[in-house]
Amino acid sequence: MSTISRDEVARVAALARIDLRSDEVDRLAGELAVIVESIARVSQVATADVPATSHPLPLTNVFRADVPVPALPVADVLAAAPQQEDGRFLVPQILGEE
Amino acid sequence: MSTDITRLSAAELAGALARGDVSSTEVTQAHLDRIAAVDGDLNAFLHVSSQDALATAQDVDARRAAGEELHPLAGVPIAVKDVVVTRGMPTTAGSKILEGWIPPYDATLVERLRAARLPILGKTNMDEFAMGSSTEHSAYGNTCNPWDLGRIPGGSGGGSAAAVAAFEAPLAIGTDTGGSIRQPGAVTGTVGVKPTYGGVSRYGLIAMASSLDQAGPVTRTVLDAALLHELIGGHDPRDSTSIPEPLPALVEAARQGATGDLSGVRVGVVTELSGEGYQEGVSARFAESLEVLRGLGAEIVEVSCPSFTYALDAYYLIMPSEASSNLAKFDGMRFGLRVEPTEGPVTAERVMAATRGAGFGDEVKRRIILGTYALSAGYYDAYYGSAQKVRTLIQRDFAAAFEKADVLVSPTAPTTAFRFGEKLDDPLAMYLNDVATIPANLAGVPGMSVPNGLSDDGLPVGFQILAPAKADDRMYRVGAALEAALEKTWGGSLLAQAPELKTTELTR
Repeated sequence: MSTISRDEVARVAALARIDLRSDEVDRLAGELAVIVESIARVSQVATADVPATSHPLPLTNVFRADVPVPALPVADVLAAAPQQEDGRFLVPQILGEE
Repeated sequence: MSTDITRLSAAELAGALARGDVSSTEVTQAHLDRIAAVDGDLNAFLHVSSQDALATAQDVDARRAAGEELHPLAGVPIAVKDVVVTRGMPTTAGSKILEGWIPPYDATLVERLRAARLPILGKTNMDEFAMGSSTEHSAYGNTCNPWDLGRIPGGSGGGSAAAVAAFEAPLAIGTDTGGSIRQPGAVTGTVGVKPTYGGVSRYGLIAMASSLDQAGPVTRTVLDAALLHELIGGHDPRDSTSIPEPLPALVEAARQGATGDLSGVRVGVVTELSGEGYQEGVSARFAESLEVLRGLGAEIVEVSCPSFTYALDAYYLIMPSEASSNLAKFDGMRFGLRVEPTEGPVTAERVMAATRGAGFGDEVKRRIILGTYALSAGYYDAYYGSAQKVRTLIQRDFAAAFEKADVLVSPTAPTTAFRFGEKLDDPLAMYLNDVATIPANLAGVPGMSVPNGLSDDGLPVGFQILAPAKADDRMYRVGAALEAALEKTWGGSLLAQAPELKTTELTR
């Protein structure tokens, strides 16, 4: 079973939007290799004839009547925001320069 | 007062309140005093909400004095795990990324606690985002086990279990994704129940793995767990996975079990959840408990669940995958921490990465990275998909086993409480704590841990009872029967044998 390389950890960390320090990348590369061996064992029994189960109990779509209900008060929600302005969340620029 | 009211069970407190022997204000104050006296050493609470709790207690006392009809648990205080959102009360999930966050709404189960007027004493410590088996991954320090302050109280819900074990609260709420209610119950000598998936609303739980998470009761007695389970459980239209049916009669089942008759009940011992890796004292107590059940009239049968061998591996693919997706909401934009990068452009994407790098602890990062990897292009089918197939196999094993037995049993955890630091650097050793509890989460069936004695090291051991989905009443019946029989031989509760905690003088 292949292990997860340092480069792979860095690539996945970028996908997950987590800044990792260099020592964290080193440590995770070592630790994740062990955990990924799980897949080797799971593959022994997860054969093509076994259906996947996504959910513990069988479910069908759950619908409710489309009735408007009051939303949370704007002030209560914004009270927890890192920054706010004019009754809205204030966020950094969304797009980079390029 | 001659008797220490913090030692009473929730059912006993409910009786004393109804008779007018004590007021809710006295009961609540006694528990707040106990928290002040012992929590400096334990660190079971991240937040104590004295004013809120006492206001509820006074309200209950006034209503009772006016002759109002109240819920049986009205005025009985409760502690809530910090992964459950509470309006106006800090909620951190044990993470720095949510430090100081005050939710603008209540979880459904908290709404039900408030509607029944249970004073909420505060929020309990836990592994960050419920990721761990020891509370060592909390960003706010370990919780200590009341039986030995140098040892773990289990996790992730170590704070709730320790609070109940140390008589800081008669009741607490926990959440269980792979054993986070049951394993802390086992290692602290308390009762912990993971209801059937969908039995208690997940609305307002800060999600780790949505297909596995379930909230449930943390108590000192089986009857108390049934009382609390009936209060918080039942259908909630705000959780689409909530079961749209009434709960079985849990309190009735617990009372029936306590009479001590288990004739006709088939108890299945799961071959794969014993033997190698289980501490000698844990195995010995388990064998004794089986004899107790046999003595009460139960028929003991052996059942095999061969796919359980793969449960831990499947769990550690499914859980991080779902967690990586659920935790994407911590982006530094709408609530919680925001950290800006120290150099380069300050874009939303870079702020998100800097915030998560600074705000998440090691174990959370580890699981998000693993989950992101497992779900990334080219790996999804081999990783998440294969693990979901194992889930099918485990469900089939349960279905076959429940043909032969009404309940299944095993030790809750392979060992008693270990020392802090012992397993911190070895994720796989830490994960093995959950080997017996994880199958229930993967299949959605209910599970309970009941204290069944002390191991050779003098530390508590737990007995796990599993029932088919939506048949939670069966485990309450068997659990209450075992508890009653064991307490007869002990001459009291197991917790009565716990060492006295050092108390700090109060200057109230």
